[in-house]
Amino acid sequence: MYAFTYQRPKSLADAAAAIQAEEAKLLGGGQTLLPTLKQRLAQPSDLIDLGGIAELKGIREADGGLEIGAFARHAEVAHSDLVKRVIPALASLAEGIGDRQVRNMGTLGGSIANADPSADYPSAVVALKAAVTTDRRTIAGDDFFTGMFETALEPGEIIKSVRFARPDKAAYAKFRNPASRYAIVGVFVARFGGEVRVAVTGAAGSVFRAEAFESALAADFRADALNGLSVEADGLNADIHASAEYRAHLVTVMAKRAVAAAG
Amino acid sequence: MANPNGIGASVRRREDQRFLTGRGNYTDDFKRLNMTHAVHVRSPYAHARILGIDASGALAMPGVVAVLTGADMEADKVGSLPCGWQIHSKDGSPMKEPPHYPLARDRVRYVGDAVAVVIAETREQARDAAEAVVVDYEELPAAATSTRAIDGSAPLVHDDAPGNVCYDWHLGDKAAVDAAFAQATHVATIDLVNQRLVPNAMEPRAALGEYDPSNGEYTLTTTSQNPHVTRLLMGAFVLGIPEHKLRVVAPDVGGGFGSKIFHYGEEAVVTWAARKVGRPVKWTADRSESFLTDAHGRDHVSHAEMAMDADGNFLALRVSTLANLGAYLSTFAPSIPTYLYATLLAGQYKTPAIYAEVKAVFTHTAPVDAYRGAGRPEACYLIERLVDVAAGVVGLDKTEIRRRNFVPAEAMPYQTPVALQYDTGDFAKNLDIALPLVDYDGFRQRRADSRARGKLRGIGFATYIEACGIAPSNVAGALGARAGLYECAEVRFHPTGSVTVFTGAHSHGQGHETTFAQIVAERFGIPIENVEIVHGDTNKIPFGMGTYGSRSLAVGGSALVKAMDKVERKAKKIAAHMLEAAETDIEVKDGRFTVAGTDKSLGIGDIALQAYVPHNFPLDELEPGLDEQAFYDPKNFTYPNGCHVCEVEIDPDTGVTTIVNFAAVDDFGRVINPLIVEGQVHGGLVQGIGQALFENCVYDEESGQLVTGSYMDYCMPRADDVPSFTVRYHEDQPCTHNPLGVKGCGEAGTIGAAAAVINAVVDALSDYGVTHMDMPATPEKVWRVIREATPAMAAE
Ligand SMILES: Cc1cc2nc3c(=O)[nH]c(=O)nc-3n(C[C@H](O)[C@H](O)[C@H](O)COP(=O)(O)OP(=O)(O)OC[C@H]3O[C@@H](n4cnc5c(N)ncnc54)[C@H](O)[C@@H]3O)c2cc1C
Repeated sequence: MYAFTYQRPKSLADAAAAIQAEEAKLLGGGQTLLPTLKQRLAQPSDLIDLGGIAELKGIREADGGLEIGAFARHAEVAHSDLVKRVIPALASLAEGIGDRQVRNMGTLGGSIANADPSADYPSAVVALKAAVTTDRRTIAGDDFFTGMFETALEPGEIIKSVRFARPDKAAYAKFRNPASRYAIVGVFVARFGGEVRVAVTGAAGSVFRAEAFESALAADFRADALNGLSVEADGLNADIHASAEYRAHLVTVMAKRAVAAAG
Repeated sequence: MANPNGIGASVRRREDQRFLTGRGNYTDDFKRLNMTHAVHVRSPYAHARILGIDASGALAMPGVVAVLTGADMEADKVGSLPCGWQIHSKDGSPMKEPPHYPLARDRVRYVGDAVAVVIAETREQARDAAEAVVVDYEELPAAATSTRAIDGSAPLVHDDAPGNVCYDWHLGDKAAVDAAFAQATHVATIDLVNQRLVPNAMEPRAALGEYDPSNGEYTLTTTSQNPHVTRLLMGAFVLGIPEHKLRVVAPDVGGGFGSKIFHYGEEAVVTWAARKVGRPVKWTADRSESFLTDAHGRDHVSHAEMAMDADGNFLALRVSTLANLGAYLSTFAPSIPTYLYATLLAGQYKTPAIYAEVKAVFTHTAPVDAYRGAGRPEACYLIERLVDVAAGVVGLDKTEIRRRNFVPAEAMPYQTPVALQYDTGDFAKNLDIALPLVDYDGFRQRRADSRARGKLRGIGFATYIEACGIAPSNVAGALGARAGLYECAEVRFHPTGSVTVFTGAHSHGQGHETTFAQIVAERFGIPIENVEIVHGDTNKIPFGMGTYGSRSLAVGGSALVKAMDKVERKAKKIAAHMLEAAETDIEVKDGRFTVAGTDKSLGIGDIALQAYVPHNFPLDELEPGLDEQAFYDPKNFTYPNGCHVCEVEIDPDTGVTTIVNFAAVDDFGRVINPLIVEGQVHGGLVQGIGQALFENCVYDEESGQLVTGSYMDYCMPRADDVPSFTVRYHEDQPCTHNPLGVKGCGEAGTIGAAAAVINAVVDALSDYGVTHMDMPATPEKVWRVIREATPAMAAE
């Protein structure tokens, strides 16, 4: 690690001021940022730890759905009775992130700000019609992820909370990378009345919706409705763990499993 | 009364108290006054010429004490890291043995090759400055795989090793094998890769060098499995320091799996630099360095053929292997794909003729050397895969073809056609114990049940035998080892009856502090608390060859018994004197010395006290003291053997393999501590399963960059990847040539497991016409064979 100045502001306003420093970086649970620093791949002047800010914490019921603070740890979401009652699929997604240590530290805000193509939460943000509230504005979940490790956030913009709509039925099915345990493919299926959303993470540079799957499921919400459907392998991620072709295949398999689990 | 902590008791590991409470003393825990920190500047290229090194910027940075390079070492006449084993090629020429300098001199040959070392007040300062050392490289093309290295157009790793060949060796009777093939009714063949692995000890390598100018003594504290060997190699060959001025300490070491046997350049660098800068110098690898620079394991490409008669009796085995040794020869590298591999190719079978050729090559990758099992897992994997293929060719059940070809217990001792003589083993018995453990009879039904659920089920067998207790020195010498491989022990009774044992074996997870103490407690009838086991310090222990090749108990334990024999003989003399009886009248049992036919007796504690505070010893016949030393050279290898059975279920939709059952039946000879043995088996099995399903060290073909350089890409097996194991052992076949009757258990799990798992995976896929799959059997690989076969199946 290179040397940096550590700051722990007590309010969102103080954090917003502190992040204006050139080369300053926000620190969530540190599960992505700290390994990056340890490998000397980044050299921030200041680390602004968001852990002391009450406004970023907590999980509430809102508009029939959930509002989850940016600093909610994965383990908090996984174990929250409220989340388990309102959107159980979200709790089980959080329970499947990384390992126990990662879940005890990593945060929702950090995860979506980072926009790792194989992170789990982005699929929930898109499938659950989320709205991302920052210290400046509210961004629709559909517009939040703009590319690989890219979001609609402006420099220094701080995620405050994320609102998730409550689906009638939902489930997340993940095919994890056996080494890192990130998603090789993760599919979040959510049904809202006659509308179905199928958000796919891990497979491409950024989360995407499988529209053909959505319309098939809107007509018939059963796994078999996806028979014969698949996404184009062209343009999907390929690495030593999974080829694009295999990922394309897994999207259908995981989507079916999610539908079956959603019931 | 049996000693509750004696031989055969599942005593909990005494060392775990300190490990589990964070009180272990690992190399990186040591801090010295005025200590400096070393960070290596490493090559980012697989192959490059060093045109120049500019350290001026680094030297000007805060806290920097020195920047040292290969040129500085050359000026100080520092030598090359020596190789401990010499192999001769078929044509009689010695292997190519190019120099391996601790800091590269004019060329770098793998990503991670050390070029310079920065020494600074803190580790972070050293890291900062290491980034500021400007090395002018001229990048050269690289050969990152063994097949590329010998393709005729590959760049040379060493100019004096034409074709990148280190040696081209063979073993066995080629003419007899060719003749048998000419007669064969059936021939089974296989081509397989035993992929490269990264050892991944939990504690990264570390080394702390110190120099005391008042007496000219050096001390190296290091993560070593054999500190005496490091002292010998580094002192005599690299730095020119005589033994009496060089102390090597290997304190608590957090796992080795072979990777800490070898003498590494960093050890020489810190020891040499400590004198140069006049201060202690410590280096600790970070995990990335461990991936790049710990000696890797395996990396074979093989072709094998089995000739059989009409009934599936093995007539001859022919094997040809290409072994990757990496960029330089690590300490024992040449012996692994030869004498620890080809000599095991008989396996448990009475194959009358065997011929093996091994071509070992240099590549632009990290050195490859012994890794848990070292050659024997490669042999077992090859044989057991080939035997399964053979069963298919002949149309025999996989257990039947094995039974038919086992060396029968009555044939022991059995001389194999590949140099070894097995002393004991009842292979059919191992299989007999294993079959009910896995309910083999019920397998067909389970397979049908799986199929009904849309899943594929397979069962796989692996029988193994390994040569452990390395090694009879005369044999090792005849095979090219440059040193004998005996072991040493000293047993020192203290005046009040407690005992310190000094052993040349080294524990880095094996539990010697418990097992060895049990042996002493049993022999002398004393509480285990009164026995201390000391290892890992050349200033305390007379000598030692260290721990690897499942040798600690078989060789080190035997040395301990020999030293205890001497102690007992001496104690008997003292007892005779004290009891005023003839020595021949003294009977010894469990540490009590009794005059035959009387109630006059003494405990070992009484004798020990008298040994140290005598007034009236007959000095011509009896010296004071009760402290004896012994060196034990084994008469033969030991031959642990067993039968592993794995059952898997495959999800054809994803290709994921789940191990649903795993049973291991092992013959380790006599078992001193069943709990520790079971732990060793569990760990070994998981390591073998890791190779079969998950682990794979990948270098980029073109650039020679390590692709799997972190845990994000290098997949280690985890607890939830494995089932609860069924582990059994029997003690009916004790080793016949060592005093404890022990065979060794450290590597067995790793040796059998990989073959058992892959045999099960291939069995599960047999409906799709699959006869082999290279490791690791990743989900995508499995899914692909299913998908590619499915249209063909449908067409049938
Ligand atoms: C071994 C391992 C396994 C993992 N497995 C998974 C997995 O299976 N699935 C998965 O989804 N993830 C996985 N992760 C990632 C983990 O979920 C991280 O917690 C997450 O990606 C980052 O969250 P964090 O709170 O740790 O953020 P940090 O690492 O602290 O920060 C990440 C980035 O987000 C920015 N940031 C943090 N908080 C905010 C905020 N409130 N507003 C704006 N920007 C912010 C930081 O500046 C930084 O750029 C894994 C990580 C590890 C180490």
